[in-house]
Amino acid sequence: MPDSRLVAAILLLSIPAYILGRRRAVSAAAGGRLHSLPGHYGWAAVQLTVLPPLGLHLALAGAGWAGPAAQAAVALAALAGLGAALHRTRPGFRARHAVERGIAGFLLLASLVAIATTAGIVLSMLFETRRFFSLYDWRDFFFSTTWAPRFRGESQLGILPLLWGTLYISTVALAVAVPVGLFAAIHLSEYAGPRLRAVVKPALEILAGIPTIVYGLFALTVVGPMLRDHLAQPLGLGSGASSVMTAGLVMGIMLIPFVSSLSDDIISQVPQNLRDGALALGATRSEMIRRVVLPAALPGVVGAVLLAASRAIGETMIVVLGAGAAARLSLDPFEAMTTVTVKIVSQLTGDADFSAPEALVAFALGLTLFAVTLALNILALWIVRRYREQYE
Amino acid sequence: MTDAPASLFSHDPRLRRRRAAERRFHACGLAAILAGVAALLVLLGSVVASGTGAFRQARIHIPVMLAAEAVDPSGTGDAGAMARVTTITYGRIIEAALHDALAAAGIGTSATGDEIAAMISREAPARLRAMVLNRPELRGQRLTVPLLAAGRIDGYLRGRVTMADAERDRHVSAAQLELADAMVAAGLLRRNRNPAFLTATDASDLRPEAAGLGVAILGSAYMMLIVLALSLPLGVAAAIHLEEFAPRNRWTDLIEVNIANLAAVPSIVFGVLGLAIFINLAGLPQSTPLVGGLVLALMTLPTIIISAGAALRAVPPGLRDAALALGASRMQAVFHHVLPLAMPGILTGAIIGLAQALGETAPLLLIGMVAFVRDYPGAPPQGLLDPASALPAQIYNWTQRADPAFVERAWGAIIVLLALLLVMNAAAVVLRRRLERRW
Repeated sequence: MPDSRLVAAILLLSIPAYILGRRRAVSAAAGGRLHSLPGHYGWAAVQLTVLPPLGLHLALAGAGWAGPAAQAAVALAALAGLGAALHRTRPGFRARHAVERGIAGFLLLASLVAIATTAGIVLSMLFETRRFFSLYDWRDFFFSTTWAPRFRGESQLGILPLLWGTLYISTVALAVAVPVGLFAAIHLSEYAGPRLRAVVKPALEILAGIPTIVYGLFALTVVGPMLRDHLAQPLGLGSGASSVMTAGLVMGIMLIPFVSSLSDDIISQVPQNLRDGALALGATRSEMIRRVVLPAALPGVVGAVLLAASRAIGETMIVVLGAGAAARLSLDPFEAMTTVTVKIVSQLTGDADFSAPEALVAFALGLTLFAVTLALNILALWIVRRYREQYE
Repeated sequence: MTDAPASLFSHDPRLRRRRAAERRFHACGLAAILAGVAALLVLLGSVVASGTGAFRQARIHIPVMLAAEAVDPSGTGDAGAMARVTTITYGRIIEAALHDALAAAGIGTSATGDEIAAMISREAPARLRAMVLNRPELRGQRLTVPLLAAGRIDGYLRGRVTMADAERDRHVSAAQLELADAMVAAGLLRRNRNPAFLTATDASDLRPEAAGLGVAILGSAYMMLIVLALSLPLGVAAAIHLEEFAPRNRWTDLIEVNIANLAAVPSIVFGVLGLAIFINLAGLPQSTPLVGGLVLALMTLPTIIISAGAALRAVPPGLRDAALALGASRMQAVFHHVLPLAMPGILTGAIIGLAQALGETAPLLLIGMVAFVRDYPGAPPQGLLDPASALPAQIYNWTQRADPAFVERAWGAIIVLLALLLVMNAAAVVLRRRLERRW
């Protein structure tokens, strides 16, 4: 009997368990008072019939025990559970409490899934990264300036050119997104009338809802060739469509709504009486914004920019399609460069050999990326939270 | 500030400077808004301009004689015997039909026989064969079938391939393009709607004209089912625990900070997690909707927990107190009163989370969803373990092909993807408008 049928059979057993538990409770009460509603007794019986055997099943499978003996044990546990459930069904039994304890346990477990995910990310990547560093010197990984993987071994896997590309592209992206997003937010919250707001806010939100693969293709087939034909080639700056500029510009567009909506929230949290005070002293609107609102909102805006930076560093599809694959340490914004995320993708797609440092390096790159973005996120969330408390 | 203004009616230089600064600031704000909206318009414009072509396809409409002795050599109409006739035979039938049709229309050409045959897609014989095998009564009949034209010919009708390209491209010749012009004039070759783009499977490098999104749409739908089935109940349960039951202590704080951070972790990290845990450790097969769905479910979970938490917080505490005062347990108060009232908000958040998951590409690259898949996955639950593609992964796959015809397909697929996202987001907005209450 395959395991799936065993599980299905146990789940089916919950129907008679419910009916029997409920009926037994009603007949045991014999017209007197039950502690809980009859349905609770049914559910209590179901819990005891289904959960222990399924737990046992998982435990046995996890320990590597399978076969008829294990299945028989699981089936026996189900029947024993049903028997025990019926035995404890008496009018004084607090069935509702039992059921609610079970539900509360499930709710707790569900909230632990998120913790388990983080733990899974960290542990799996730590494990593979340790294997990588047993094959490849960590000093070479962190301090070498050459990235040149080879299939035959003898690869040079220095992270510095990748980090440089990541930082360069993210800087270009932020140089586009922060001024545009911030000015848009200021204009929307301080100047714009309700009609302009009603059009522009949803439009920017659409920009945020577009999947990154769309931006990637936009970079590859529209922005890249356009920059090459109208900017780079006439000025003699370069001849490739994939470049830091292409990826940075498109990523900047992607981040505009991110910066603008976060800053908009933050600016609108600045108390109105600060504005009124500045205007009453004779400041013009722009003076009021620059001298009063922005300084008050600064911590929140910094948090928003940090969150955007973390996005930019972790962004994958735009750089995979728009930035190129050559690992370079160069200052030329019209040259193709590559990022940490691009190399994670290229080292792990296709037939990767998970005992070779060329594939395992991707986990070290992933862990680095995770650590950097985590640090940025924690810092940004901390700043934003501190800021919120200031005006609440 | 020592010198007083000369007159109330004339502005002194300082005020003029301040006014100018004000105007500059205002203009900067407007420019930023214009830049954002312009970027959106350019993006959407290029999607529409580049992608709509994928929904139309050039076809050659000629009468084809399905000679009984060719398609059914045994003469019995037996399905097994007819299935032994390969696409090569059908290719010859189509080639002969094209020659006849050109002669009948009086079109002369300098193209060689091979070049004439290459006007028609390599996929056309297979589709004709499938049609005959489905409806054996067609054998021996003469009928006009629309046959897919080759990708380069299709590109020529769209203006992507030009005479200048024909000089350099070994897959197409000037004689073929002239022939195509003549066939268009004679009404044998025309572009019409291409519903197969939504239903057909992916196609190999040499036949972009046959490539469709069927497997990708099915794969994405399977993954969305898994994401919904896993992350909605788990996310809502976690949110209920954190909002309604968890004691305010360090441990709960840790969980909440962890969830907020998890929502901001780059999506590719979830792909690395899926590869390490689900594929390398648990041994699940690559390229399957199950693994893709699990990874996307983990990625969507924090989004759903956060939005469900906000929806639960928005229910006024008075309702809980009233239920408790009437003797309900805390669990009953939550499940009978708070949760139903929070449901519209929770569902809105879930739809937005699903929309994010639908467009997510990076993690899918790492778990092999970009593999070339030619067969539809089976029906669930077994089909969840069949190799499949996904919409965004298929788009990425097409951008990596050599033939530019695939890039146009990729833009077409983006239209499909954006249309699905639009429907989902519209549903979320409608749900919010219709069901949400203001307290």
